[in-house]
Amino acid sequence: MIYEVEIVTQRKVATGCYRLEMYAPEVAQTAQPGQFLMLKTSITLDPLLRRPFSINTVDRDRGLVKILYRVVGRGTALLAGRKLGRRLSIFGPLGRGFTVPANGRFLVVAGGLGIAPLYFLIQRLKALGNEVVVFYGAQNRFKLLLLEELAAMRVELFTATDNGSSGHKGTVVDLLRTKGIPPADLIYAAGPPPMLKALAALLREAEMPRAEFSLEERMACGAGACRGCAVKVIAEEGPVYKRVCADGPVFLAGEVVWE
Amino acid sequence: MKPDLEVNLAGLRLKNPVLTASGTFGFGLEYARLVDLGAIGAVVLKSVTLHSRQGNPPPRVTETPAGMLNSIGLENPGAPAVVSKVVPELKRLGVKVIASVAGETVEEYGEVARRFAAAGVDAIEVNLSCPNVARGGLTFGCTRGMAAAVTAAVRQAAGDLPVFAKLGVTGGNLLEIAGAVAEAGASGFSLINTLPGLAVDLRQRRPVLGNVTGGLSGPAIKPVALWAVWQVYKAFKLPVIGMGGIMSTSDALEFFLCGATAVAVGTGNFVNPRLTTEIVAGLEKALAAEHVSDIKELIGAAHNGK
Repeated sequence: MIYEVEIVTQRKVATGCYRLEMYAPEVAQTAQPGQFLMLKTSITLDPLLRRPFSINTVDRDRGLVKILYRVVGRGTALLAGRKLGRRLSIFGPLGRGFTVPANGRFLVVAGGLGIAPLYFLIQRLKALGNEVVVFYGAQNRFKLLLLEELAAMRVELFTATDNGSSGHKGTVVDLLRTKGIPPADLIYAAGPPPMLKALAALLREAEMPRAEFSLEERMACGAGACRGCAVKVIAEEGPVYKRVCADGPVFLAGEVVWE
Repeated sequence: MKPDLEVNLAGLRLKNPVLTASGTFGFGLEYARLVDLGAIGAVVLKSVTLHSRQGNPPPRVTETPAGMLNSIGLENPGAPAVVSKVVPELKRLGVKVIASVAGETVEEYGEVARRFAAAGVDAIEVNLSCPNVARGGLTFGCTRGMAAAVTAAVRQAAGDLPVFAKLGVTGGNLLEIAGAVAEAGASGFSLINTLPGLAVDLRQRRPVLGNVTGGLSGPAIKPVALWAVWQVYKAFKLPVIGMGGIMSTSDALEFFLCGATAVAVGTGNFVNPRLTTEIVAGLEKALAAEHVSDIKELIGAAHNGK
């Protein structure tokens, strides 16, 4: 669960966005789509805490694991500066990931860096022979990541950008509203909270409640102990706080209380 | 020869003096697959109230320079659930258990302590210093009268068990409060709880935490914690469990030298879940290297001539 691993490659994939590959055979073997790793971005006491990163893809045969991230603060800035061959302390795979069924048709809705965990999911869904439709939105076309890889997987892809530089002009939820939600056995989504909230509302209107959303929250331990990453969900006994790290990060869209 | 790490904490004999700090290690079982719980001196449970508590609205944690703020708000499933599900399992694993009790009234503290004592825990810690709840916690720990009343109620409910008063350094005079709880029957002290703090989200122009304020922990507070241990050790003859920013064996040694009989790892567990057991191994190595045969030789050693 806690490993010192080696950074194999690190590529800048867009302005401020990086894809880091590490040699972590144990993680590559067991990781499920939607699970995440807690990475130590510094070897000093500041930044102090590990940072959560969803698993972007694994190569079981070669023991490789990738994460895809954007530089948002000091932790990620330090990570982007880490040299190849350097050791990295990782804790994971953690959390409960997406359901990955076979023989079905599935809709994947990604917003921005939400593509990070969904890419791994799409790979697994395709490997099981499923039909996968992907709706993918970002600010502009430069921020739509992994497009070539998605094309190579032969998924049906629809894009949306805020400035119209690729696909539909507007949000990915607008695009879904315009085009209509394609029939799907299950819907998956990850992205910024406003997008997930809007999508949850759209799915409720459309009476398509079967959706799994990957959530994010500030975390300390990643192991379910500190109760820091609380998200409000509806349980049998009413609204309760659950832990994004251990009860999630994947939750049913219908159970989350959007605040 | 292997150095002797065994300590006696007010009658509680521990095979080593490294504990987990309340609230940073859940109920221990969350880490059972990852950490050899039996190798830890004692597991101090997350604070428990009589009835379950939902805790504070998110965000509940945020990082600050060399530290973090939390405002969990004593989320816990309530004493009956912890007593029936957690304590027996920890005992089965051979873990020494210190229950941390909290409440909104003096009576609630006493009742929670009574239930844990009946369940067979090894000691009780009284949380007199949680900064994140409106009633109880720090509001009880910052006046001598209330701190003493809560401690006395827990003392009475705890039977023969050692009772440790967990104090912070804000809200009241540390030595006055410590004196009051000692007189009320505390067997020793846990020092220190988090310090009150606040972080600002510049972009949104509001506090980061859902509860506005939180408790500061981590290496940023280590000097404050060492100061508190030093003061209380010097003023009282009771054992101290020292904590606040311990991230390494050296940090732990500093606490022993200032007068701690045991140390607790808190925020460090989040960075390295195995830090407690690594410090146990680290202490053995460090003592052997310094030709110290017994950890007890170091307790308070920095006070010599001061």
